[in-house]
Amino acid sequence: MFKRENLPAEASIFAVFVGIAVLFEVLGWAFVGKSFLGNVQRLEIIILQVSIFGIIAVGVTQVIITSGIDLSGGAVLALSAMVAASFAQSVDAFAPIFPQFLGLPIIIPIAVGLAVGAACGWINGAITAYTGIPPFIATLGMLVTARAVAVIYTKGQPVYSLSDSFTAIGSGAWPVLVFFVVAVIFHLILKHTVYGKHTYAIGSNEKAARVAGINVRRHKIMVYTIAGALSGLAGVVMCSRATIAQSGMGTMYELDAISAVVIGGTSLFGGRGRISGTVIGVCILGVITSGFTFLRIDFYYQEIVKGMIIVGAVMLDQRRQAKQRSRA
Amino acid sequence: MNNQDDIILRTENLTKRYGGVHALEEANFTLKKGEHVAIVGDNGAGKSTFVRQITGVEQPTSGDIFFEGKRVEFSSPLEAREAGIESVFQDLALCNDLDVPSNLFLGREELLFKFGPFSILDEKKMMQKAKAVLERTAIKIPNLSNHVGDMSGGQRQCVAISRSASFASKLIIMDEPTAALGVQETTQVENIIRGLKEQGVPLILISHNLRQVFNLVDKIWVFRRGRIVGEVIAAETDGNEIVSMITGMQGGVHEKASYI
Ligand SMILES: Nc1ncnc2c1ncn2[C@@H]1O[C@H](COP(=O)(O)OP(=O)(O)OP(=O)(O)O)[C@@H](O)[C@H]1O
Ligand SMILES: [Mg+2]
Repeated sequence: MFKRENLPAEASIFAVFVGIAVLFEVLGWAFVGKSFLGNVQRLEIIILQVSIFGIIAVGVTQVIITSGIDLSGGAVLALSAMVAASFAQSVDAFAPIFPQFLGLPIIIPIAVGLAVGAACGWINGAITAYTGIPPFIATLGMLVTARAVAVIYTKGQPVYSLSDSFTAIGSGAWPVLVFFVVAVIFHLILKHTVYGKHTYAIGSNEKAARVAGINVRRHKIMVYTIAGALSGLAGVVMCSRATIAQSGMGTMYELDAISAVVIGGTSLFGGRGRISGTVIGVCILGVITSGFTFLRIDFYYQEIVKGMIIVGAVMLDQRRQAKQRSRA
Repeated sequence: MNNQDDIILRTENLTKRYGGVHALEEANFTLKKGEHVAIVGDNGAGKSTFVRQITGVEQPTSGDIFFEGKRVEFSSPLEAREAGIESVFQDLALCNDLDVPSNLFLGREELLFKFGPFSILDEKKMMQKAKAVLERTAIKIPNLSNHVGDMSGGQRQCVAISRSASFASKLIIMDEPTAALGVQETTQVENIIRGLKEQGVPLILISHNLRQVFNLVDKIWVFRRGRIVGEVIAAETDGNEIVSMITGMQGGVHEKASYI
């Protein structure tokens, strides 16, 4: 018969998602006299908003599965966006950063953004793997440093006049598509490749992974590098959508990303989690933000509710872990 | 004298000190091809220390290890495993969040398509092989795709043991494989060990259960306070003699002891 345990873990998260959406629909009719879900434009905005930190969350999911953490997503996004944008200025830009590099083919700023992100991630991974410094501290250092470098890079000036071909990547539904493709690719990679298997193994029992012959250090560096590159990609998409890059972009996105991952059922203890869950977690955060705005509830109340949801998700995770440990 | 070619593993004056602790002192140990031996000794006698030196988990303070006639210095467990030494450590070393096939094949996965770290796993093949391995060992695990962490201690131990037993290797070392196992599970593990004997795979078994030792092995090595104090053929000795060697006390004081 129908048993809760046989359903994939995503089913219950998805149920929460649907529940929240329906709740806002009811509240909408009750207090605002309008439909929440019936507004296509609003749904589009939700999806666009969440796509950017969703791309970061795909990388953060992998890091958390290795029982690490990456706090640097938002800052790396900003630095990557600044550097990428400086290679994406149009021929007629006023006071360009690099007068000699104008009107470049868009592949160059994209590659530069990804490379900057990957380099930051590589540093996170190398510090975590080769020193005893916990990833929390290593990536916190990167958060501060990358944000500062992003400011210094243009002496605090934003980068404008991005070429039309570059801003096209962020227009329309492109950000959503990028998020979706990235999520699908890494969902499959985690599930079906050696990289994925070793990521789970390291998070589950690092010592056992090492004894089984996995090069744990090299693997961790790879995971953090991928997470960094995805933050870089998010930066490229974001500045291309905004048609401007600023050093303050993506502030607190790392927290939204981590929240989405945790809400999506990935365990902070490592060894468990899936990108599919993260995608639903990202959608939940998007619906909450949009729903509160729709109900004209103050931003700070939104943050309170988000905070409570995150703590609740972590508590659930701890309960699950404790149950498993008592059985083992 | 033994023919040199018959010997698979030999240690010469193998010594390990942890600071001032002399955990292992000048151990001279030999293991012949196809031979099953046990290492016995009281807690802290140096048995696990000995295993850690020959499996690359630790590096000896002094002395030499010869494997298949060649002097070896394993700098990691992986190197020892690549040389053909499989071990079941006292703490099992399983990934609780992975299923049985993933644990059995960790670090040496079957692949559908090779592409560096992004090689595609052949999950079907690993599942089939895992089934075959576990069938051969008569271990009952209802669903192999369950997480190992959700299984009983005995089932987990059986998974760890069949992992080492299922890869064609040149030497298998088991450190207290049946500690904490029930009657049926112990029997299953003992059957795995007998299977290895039939296949001619040499084995070093560490166990506190003397009856099990007598049932399973050809030869018994006795450790006491970091030293090898004896090497006896199982068929030519009895529990009393072994206990005397373990404790270093003579005489028939062990008549009523329950460990034999
Ligand atoms: N890492 C270490 N640092 C310091 N001393 C150690 C270390 N590992 C083992 N020892 C000491 O070395 C001695 C031998 O320990 P070992 O683990 O080899 O014993 P054992 O024979 O396997 O015992 P048991 O039957 O309890 O498993 C003990 O006195 C132990 O305290
Ligand atoms: Mg021991």
